[in-house]
Amino acid sequence: MSLHVLSCGPGVTIQDPGRPGFLAQGLSRGGAADRLALAEGAALLGQAVGAALEMAGMGGRLRFDRAARIALSGAPMRASLDGQALRWNASHSLPEGSTLEIGGASKGVYGYLSVGGGFALPMRLGAQGAHLAAGLGRVLEVGDSLPLGDDPGGPTGLCLPEDDRFGGGTLRVLPSLQTGLYPDAERQRFEAETFTRDTRGNRMGVRLRPEGAGFGLEQGQTILSEVITPGDIQIPGDGAPYVLLSECQTTGGYPRIGTVLPCDLPRVAQAGPGAALRFRFVTRTEALEAETKHRARIAGLAKAAQPLIRDPADLPDLLSYTLISGVTAGEELS
Amino acid sequence: MTEPAFPRLDPVGLDGLLIRFADSLSEPANRAALAFRGAVDRETWDGVEETATSLVSTFLRFDPLATPLDALADKARHLLATRDWYAADLPQGRRLLRIPTVYGTELAPQLDEAAQAAGMSPDDAVKDLSGARTRVTTIGFAPGQPYLGTLPEAWNIPRQTALTPRVPVGALVVAIRQFVLFSVTTPTGWRHVGQTHARLFRPDSDDPFLLRPGDEVAFPEVSRETFENMRGQGKDGIEVTPL
Repeated sequence: MSLHVLSCGPGVTIQDPGRPGFLAQGLSRGGAADRLALAEGAALLGQAVGAALEMAGMGGRLRFDRAARIALSGAPMRASLDGQALRWNASHSLPEGSTLEIGGASKGVYGYLSVGGGFALPMRLGAQGAHLAAGLGRVLEVGDSLPLGDDPGGPTGLCLPEDDRFGGGTLRVLPSLQTGLYPDAERQRFEAETFTRDTRGNRMGVRLRPEGAGFGLEQGQTILSEVITPGDIQIPGDGAPYVLLSECQTTGGYPRIGTVLPCDLPRVAQAGPGAALRFRFVTRTEALEAETKHRARIAGLAKAAQPLIRDPADLPDLLSYTLISGVTAGEELS
Repeated sequence: MTEPAFPRLDPVGLDGLLIRFADSLSEPANRAALAFRGAVDRETWDGVEETATSLVSTFLRFDPLATPLDALADKARHLLATRDWYAADLPQGRRLLRIPTVYGTELAPQLDEAAQAAGMSPDDAVKDLSGARTRVTTIGFAPGQPYLGTLPEAWNIPRQTALTPRVPVGALVVAIRQFVLFSVTTPTGWRHVGQTHARLFRPDSDDPFLLRPGDEVAFPEVSRETFENMRGQGKDGIEVTPL
């Protein structure tokens, strides 16, 4: 029982929460570029966070050879089921043999397709996802078939409110190892500047273009190579900040002016080329409060999911839909 | 009394603590970083999710909501005070790996240029580099990729200002008295002086990473013909001896 790739965009991969534990061996954690979207997909299906299809910029045509529950999350994309439009940020029931069509993103970068029961793919170094920079796994190609996991069943027809993280905005940052080497005036200029997300960007990181002069550092060439963490804002020789994402290298010798808070990384990943981004330094106390709030939000996603209100006029053939699901004989509940 | 400059503790982002033993590469500081990480791993501290080392530092990743930074830093300071980490032994279970290498030829086109920068003839450069016994100071940047030191002073040559667009997997490159052996195809500012069949990251093997920090590595010279024969037989020719 599989999902068959009939066509697909150039950046479709399997992604999950990544592979922690290999930093000492030079392998970064990797995993979904937008971890919040991964959690949203899981919440819409009432299951634990696992692997989903991550679609950079555009999806593809996918055929399910069995009935399936799916959730669409992350960057909103045009989606349809056998020609019928499907709501984004929602979960749906698909009959056996359905062909799902997912087009380009209307905003943001990474869209996610989660499937009830996940994928029955082998674990490699403790995870199913691709780490492209490490040569672990690869992008999906036409003709690929992904085996589906057993779905114990669960809700569909749920939706989550739309979020504002798909068009840039302000990123909260903590000081990093070289922040102190920047004069105060430079740090203030860094906060006052509006940056544009460059066309250069991938799962390793995204380049930002300053409006004015770059943020190069005189001592930039003599910094000892040191551990890198996702969110680090690296300033290479050209002075244009490069914000590192989940698939980043594990060490680096470029100066780092700050580190984006983990809870703001989805906003970085989802800023499409041309999006405007700004930085704001925060205290550690503020950062901890933001992280606490973020985790509470993730923990509350399942509760936040609301039933989709269907307009009967949108349903061409009411009888073809299972309007009542989850009916049991009752014994399971006792 | 002022606090000594090193070891020095700094937060890294929201969930990291870095313990730096020096601000430049030195053998004792490298040993200190490795030994301190080993000690933290043995003590299995609550809230610490992952540990790693760079050239002269130990990194701890932790859950900042479960363990306050200050509490973790206190714990680290306490452990630091228990001994002279700069005098620590190297990790247990170290090995010597001999990795057959072709120097120069079109497989490693920057040998002549690197020899010139080091002020010696290409032949002397090969003698020097193939005779050196280096140690893995850290694994980083890409999976399984070692930094190896320390080469004789003549090899304190700078990185190139322009990047070589692409060196292949198994490329041996040199700069600032160190080798890097590449685990991925990548651009680099280091000079490509040798080529090996080493595959440093084998994700589907029981032992996915060829090298560990503290291992010693030599790169003995083999002829182009021997090298091509190894390729034909699908062998990397690497000999591993426990130390």
